[in-house]
Amino acid sequence: MKTQKMIRVTAEKCLACKSCEMACAVAHSETKSLFTAIKEEPLPMARIQVEGDNEFCLPIQCRHCEDAPCVKVCPTKAIYKPTPQSPVIMNKEVCIGCKWCILVCPFGVIQLDRSGKTVTRCDLCLERTEKGEEPACVDACPTGALEFMPLDEIAKKKREKALSDYRAGVEI
Amino acid sequence: MDEKRRTSCTASQEMLTRAACDGIETAWDRHEAMEPQCGYGMLGICCRICAMGPCRINPFSEEEGRGVCGATADTIAARNLVRMIAAGAAAHSDHGRDVAHTLVLTADKKSEGYSIKDPVKLLAVAKEMGIKTGNRDLNEIAHDVGETAYNQFGQQEGELIFGHRAPKKQQEIWRKLNVFPRGIDREIVEVMHRTNIGVDCDYKNIIQGGMRAALGDGWGGSMIATDLQDILLGSPLPLRSQVNLGVFKDNTVNMVVHGHEPVLSDLIATITREPEMIEAAKEAGAEGITVGGICCTANEILMRQGFPIAGNFLQQELAILTGAIDAMVVDVQCIMPNLTEVSKRFHTKVITTSPKAKYPDVEHIEFHEENAYSTAKEIVKTAIDNFKNRDRSRVQIPHEKMDLVAGFTAENINWILGGKYRGTYRPLNDAIIAGRVRGVAAVVGCNNPKIEHDTGHYQLVKELLKKDVLVLETGCAAIACAKCGMLIPESIYEYAGKGLRETCEAVGIPPVLHFGSCVDISRLLMAAVGVVRERGCGDDISELPLAAAAPEWMSEKAVSIGFYAVASGIFTVLGVPFPVLGAPNLTRYLTEELENIVGARFAFESDPVKAARLMIEHIDKKRVERKMRPMLYAEGEGQKAEAKAEKEMVTP
Repeated sequence: MKTQKMIRVTAEKCLACKSCEMACAVAHSETKSLFTAIKEEPLPMARIQVEGDNEFCLPIQCRHCEDAPCVKVCPTKAIYKPTPQSPVIMNKEVCIGCKWCILVCPFGVIQLDRSGKTVTRCDLCLERTEKGEEPACVDACPTGALEFMPLDEIAKKKREKALSDYRAGVEI
Repeated sequence: MDEKRRTSCTASQEMLTRAACDGIETAWDRHEAMEPQCGYGMLGICCRICAMGPCRINPFSEEEGRGVCGATADTIAARNLVRMIAAGAAAHSDHGRDVAHTLVLTADKKSEGYSIKDPVKLLAVAKEMGIKTGNRDLNEIAHDVGETAYNQFGQQEGELIFGHRAPKKQQEIWRKLNVFPRGIDREIVEVMHRTNIGVDCDYKNIIQGGMRAALGDGWGGSMIATDLQDILLGSPLPLRSQVNLGVFKDNTVNMVVHGHEPVLSDLIATITREPEMIEAAKEAGAEGITVGGICCTANEILMRQGFPIAGNFLQQELAILTGAIDAMVVDVQCIMPNLTEVSKRFHTKVITTSPKAKYPDVEHIEFHEENAYSTAKEIVKTAIDNFKNRDRSRVQIPHEKMDLVAGFTAENINWILGGKYRGTYRPLNDAIIAGRVRGVAAVVGCNNPKIEHDTGHYQLVKELLKKDVLVLETGCAAIACAKCGMLIPESIYEYAGKGLRETCEAVGIPPVLHFGSCVDISRLLMAAVGVVRERGCGDDISELPLAAAAPEWMSEKAVSIGFYAVASGIFTVLGVPFPVLGAPNLTRYLTEELENIVGARFAFESDPVKAARLMIEHIDKKRVERKMRPMLYAEGEGQKAEAKAEKEMVTP
């Protein structure tokens, strides 16, 4: 079985350029093009936010939790996880705008959308990943702070790093 | 990416395939790796002007965003844009200043290898500058002309002399708007001052300052560069030559001259024709010397001496990829830093010559007018010496080359149209008024990997010609169309509408006229002035059935050119938008409101055919406003008649 891919963030590489925010808004716009997206009404929204100050910053977006509080709490099942491998997605049609998900999300990555009647959240760029592309934020990141990779690969890389650190005598 | 989607030039496709096989990176690869490019940069809404920043405005916020100082998106984008104008105007004008310097040195007999090649133009310019001619020695006059031109740069008050060449009505608009340039440098400096933190914050006023600097380029720096080069190196006359990478030969010493200032390369080119050098090349085992140019240096030595063109901006790396270039001599502007990297993979020596432009690890043979001839000779010898290092097994010269006719100027087109005894624009004006020629288009500018190489120029011009628009070109646009075979008179049969074809046939010109380098866009301005002066088509430039386009622009110089064109009344379509789209009011000002202020506006359109249609719409609007006759022939009539005639010939 192919393991699930997720977005890995390397905090040291983030320069807070906010290219991910902009690419996210464009990817979730009607026209999918920067020059026209900025003229749409309502304006498209980013699902990723760079938080932090000049000392430390981090792009924060939905972690697509396995045991997701937003899925559990949603009274209309608007937010759901179709299969164990798939990201947490939502069906705007059935959302009643109760905002419980916003309250329970431990990362604060669910926002009210511009209409104020429903919420908006990361869908891991399903439209793009189905075509074999990377999520827009990952594609836009100029420093490689955001990467889209299978979980087992992430773990493997960590083990390799731990090994080389151990060899070099770095305290873990 | 597929080579065919990168460029429509087959010689370039061949070299790109080679680059891919050899693992050599080109601008296209780097552009692809750079994507997606920074949205804030593309929209023009990041500001690095002071250290409270960097600031950026979120284009997806509903609230009006402001930088730390309070600057809005409009202020930020306007400041960034006019700084691009300042840089572009500085580049063109510094070129003009260097030519003025050479002219003064030559007049004082302190330069080596130069003389006054066009005394007629010298006297005409002297008269315009109010310099006494009479029985004075030519060198004395040239000295005064050079000094007067020099002083135009540092002039503090008054109006630029060449600005008075513009139609009276245009000048009045400039005075009213306070954009008549006082001095070339002054306006550039003022832009830099105004865009400092907390100075000019009204985007309309910022643009006014930018326009003034840009006009100082078009009717100042660039015009001085063109006119003084004509005096010093000779005025162009129509001539035949060839274009594309196929101009190089595997049995000759091959040199590329690349950049923009022709003062040195003109000498280099001349020297390669001297028997001594040809002999030296033969001793080295070659059969002669081939000089091919890239970018505007190419256009300059083509226009005056008929030397072939190797290619345009995006072909500079590809020229080295032929493996057949023994030396690439560069001066200033549009020279990619990556040439060094590509040249490391071959025997090619890149040689820098300007004290203003050095590249790490590159041989530098500095050029000064005082010993220009000796320097030029040294450079040619270096190329000949390097011939022996060429690895013949790695030479791959594409076979593509195309004939072309170049060498048109605002002065000589007068004689071509009017005849030997009575130079006049009358036949052109008559053809426009009668509806044979719809109007005139100026197609200029660079290459940009964002637009399929050469296709932007070719498709746009093709559409214009089909609709009977006479096209004047300069720069890399002219090189692109030359490669497509549009610059030979025979191309009227393939591309031109019936009315345009008849006119070109009668006069004996191609439908696309090569007017030279990018500073020679000043020649295009003077051609427009010529049409206005001839009367009947409009009382100022903005009333003419005339439009301009830069389908593949990329340089800051193009921003300056765009602004002096629009401020001179020429509707201008850009293939890549200015970085202003994140500033809604500024965008509206540039693309709509300017028309009621200076008589022309910008349009942004990346599809070349749609861009051509915008130009045609504008031309048609001007024709209606002047109550000109409807077009003589319906579109496609020429082609239909031709097809019918052909059919009749086949079936008697």
